[in-house]
Amino acid sequence: MSTTRHPGLNLGPHHGKADDTAEVEVFGFWVFMMSDAIIFGLLMATYVVMSGNLNGGPGPRELFELRPVFIETMLLLFSSLTFGFAQIGMKYHPHPARMIIWLLVSIALALIFVGMEVNDFITMAGKGGVPQASGFLSSFYALVPLHGIHVTAACIWAFAILGQIAVYGLDDEVKTGMLRLGILWHFLDIVWIGIFSIVYIGGLA
Amino acid sequence: MSDLWSLIFGRLTLDALPVMEIIHATNGRELASGIVGTAAAGLAVLGALYLLYALTKYRLWGPVWRNWLTSVDHKKIGIMYIVLALVMLARALAEAFVMRTQQVLGDGGGGLVSNEHFAQLFSTHGTIMIFFMAMPFLTGLINYVMPLQIGARDVAFPTMNSVSLGFTAAGAVLLMISLVLQPFSTGGWTGYPPFTEAAFNPGPGPDYWIWAVTLSGIGTTLSGINFVVTIYKFRCDGMKLMDMPLFCWTSLCTSILMIFALPPLTVATGLLALDRYFGFHMFTNGGGGNMMNFANLFWLFGHPEVYILILPAFGVYSEVFSTFSSKTLYGYTALVIATMCIAVLSFTVWVHHFFTMGQSANLNAIFGIATMLIGIPTGVKIYDWMLTMYRGRVRMAVPMVYAVAFLILFTIGGLSGILLANPSLDYVMHNTLFLVAHFHNMLIPGLLFGMLAGYTLWFPKAFGFILDPKWGYRAAYLWIAGFVFAFFPLYGLGFLGMPRRMAEYFNGAWFPLTIVALLGAVLIIAAFACLCIQLYVSIRDREALAVPMGDPWDSRTLEWAVPAPAPEWNFPATPEVEGRDAFATLKEGGYDLRAPDDGYHDIEMPRNSALGPVLMVSSTAMAFGLVWYMWWLAALGAVVCFAATVAYGFRRDTHHIIKAADVKAEWEAFCALADTTPRIPRSLEQTTQNMGHAIPASEEIIS
Repeated sequence: MSTTRHPGLNLGPHHGKADDTAEVEVFGFWVFMMSDAIIFGLLMATYVVMSGNLNGGPGPRELFELRPVFIETMLLLFSSLTFGFAQIGMKYHPHPARMIIWLLVSIALALIFVGMEVNDFITMAGKGGVPQASGFLSSFYALVPLHGIHVTAACIWAFAILGQIAVYGLDDEVKTGMLRLGILWHFLDIVWIGIFSIVYIGGLA
Repeated sequence: MSDLWSLIFGRLTLDALPVMEIIHATNGRELASGIVGTAAAGLAVLGALYLLYALTKYRLWGPVWRNWLTSVDHKKIGIMYIVLALVMLARALAEAFVMRTQQVLGDGGGGLVSNEHFAQLFSTHGTIMIFFMAMPFLTGLINYVMPLQIGARDVAFPTMNSVSLGFTAAGAVLLMISLVLQPFSTGGWTGYPPFTEAAFNPGPGPDYWIWAVTLSGIGTTLSGINFVVTIYKFRCDGMKLMDMPLFCWTSLCTSILMIFALPPLTVATGLLALDRYFGFHMFTNGGGGNMMNFANLFWLFGHPEVYILILPAFGVYSEVFSTFSSKTLYGYTALVIATMCIAVLSFTVWVHHFFTMGQSANLNAIFGIATMLIGIPTGVKIYDWMLTMYRGRVRMAVPMVYAVAFLILFTIGGLSGILLANPSLDYVMHNTLFLVAHFHNMLIPGLLFGMLAGYTLWFPKAFGFILDPKWGYRAAYLWIAGFVFAFFPLYGLGFLGMPRRMAEYFNGAWFPLTIVALLGAVLIIAAFACLCIQLYVSIRDREALAVPMGDPWDSRTLEWAVPAPAPEWNFPATPEVEGRDAFATLKEGGYDLRAPDDGYHDIEMPRNSALGPVLMVSSTAMAFGLVWYMWWLAALGAVVCFAATVAYGFRRDTHHIIKAADVKAEWEAFCALADTTPRIPRSLEQTTQNMGHAIPASEEIIS
């Protein structure tokens, strides 16, 4: 067994053997995130290559609005902050109430983000910005909604963790699950910053 | 009626049955083509029915479910991977044989199968050989061997391991279904759009390809993650990275490649699916699409994939040369560095797959040079293996026959690769049979011989008896001769300008060499038959061939330190080792077969899980529904996949305990048996006197 400890294991004061398991699971999840990062990286690169292929259809200036996208960015960033509060709650408070509240806040922020994003897509479609219109829009819709689907999946995972708390309380499995979900949650923030910069700022610059 | 039909069955109609090709045939060739297709489909159906019958008749459903399908033991999962690989190998070999026959009969037009059927044959042959023969074979070997070599009890994520197998098997099942409910894609194993776009290929064929490849790709990504974490976190005490057996090093590099190279494939097939299902314009001709995106994405996967395939075989060869020369590996450090160099360089050369697709000469030159660079670390390896044999006590056992043939044939293939790496020469030879000859020259002696050597080498560890050597030699020599006859003529045909994937032609100069290639295909079929006979004979004579002491070849690495077959818990206590060739050191010091220093302890092992088989069935259903537009089935499959995964998160009782007393009893019985079992010298290792208890090399030399 490797003796190097992975940093950032925050299970709480008494975790003993769970720490060994968490060590492996968290490391494994980081590796998984690397492969997911490749997917987003390639889709962003493809978007950059395709962004000039307007095919006579609408371009970024006609379709993108910075205001809602900025609000979405803030929502996502704040949900990362509140997720951090949830993890602090998990580490320092044996009773899960505080963690559950912050987790619910994080889920709510993320779901509002997804809702606003869907609204953006509908607005875009109203202006002729559908994926079938051009290579540019195809690559946009291949990239941005995939992030939204990830956020939705992360929310479902969070609900599953809440369900596990309801059944088992704040046990070791819930805690290691929270550690991994946290990695995904913050990772999706980083991906969104990439999308915000490359797709939206880049398109409107 | 038709509304209801399409609601339930989507676009699946009776025309999908291959027998309809016979009914609709208008000439002799279409009739023959239909008969070939129907016979193949019939074999698949009969095989499946017989399997179901046998499982029912011998009341095997329960044992198979409990001991195999739901097992998360890395050893059993490894064996299941290899069984899958061998079954798919049989199908892809049969297809190769039909293709070679067609290219003989296709002289002057005509032949055995229709052009459409021929296109399906080379598409399934390539897809199967890469994704459902080679990948499961190497994943199976890594699964079985690697945790034992590093002294671990299991892989890092045992259930995810079973899930990986489930996804790979789902893709394979989809391919077998496509044999019965046709057609498969005609777009080759690379599935290039725009040919595979809905505009040119609206049928279900490319969809079969997309989902089969995507499923196996996801499975492989998960396997890569699993192996990497296992190697980083589960090495036994004292085993530094630079002490690992070379097979573990190549497993590590392969796994890293899997993690980084498979996502591009998922992206490529996913975007192609968006084009086909939702009318996106990623790769289309019109609408602002650009198929070069696909070429880049696919080969960002496809080129590293070549090294995913070859590196584990390099690992096997390293073990074979070292074991059967009774020497430590020459140039261990150089071999490790070369492996890493190959892994890194593999990501820098993908553009050589489309030198002729219109990029600038400078870009071609850069990628041509990067491609040739890979010859350097590979050359280092070849020399290291030769120097491992130098002054060793070389025994030409069956794995060694494959390994020596590999050294020679692989070098020839490498030289033809250097030719192709030169962009100006590539303009002459691309898309000819020269290319086909080149990559078969790399993959058969490189990958397949390596896998067969590994299969022969580790079979006794998995099942407790060695494979009959006589039939093993026959298979090996037939494989070698068959390969030479089947593929060297293709170099000549390439020089004569014969394009690949050609069903009929009107250039008589090509005809003679196609006959030689067909002869080679016959030899290869005979080689495969020998492997089947070998397996049958070995199982029949398993008592005489038994090697319960677990070390039939006087091997040097940890997996040989335990009984054959290896017990569920692998090691009575996780071993503590020092330096390379851990087991050789233990044997020489007389420290093998000893009780653990700090006594026996309870061992915690993961419980069985149904998640793998459930995901296999539900993802197959989802993919099948997507192929035939049976939306209800696709949705159902997706929901079950998702729900099963969420439900798995609620599992808590995931381990069971093996009592220290049981481990003690089993291990002491093994040690007691060792006291009464004679140690044998290397000269007797292929005889029935071999009980898997070898005299250490050093002692034999002294006496």
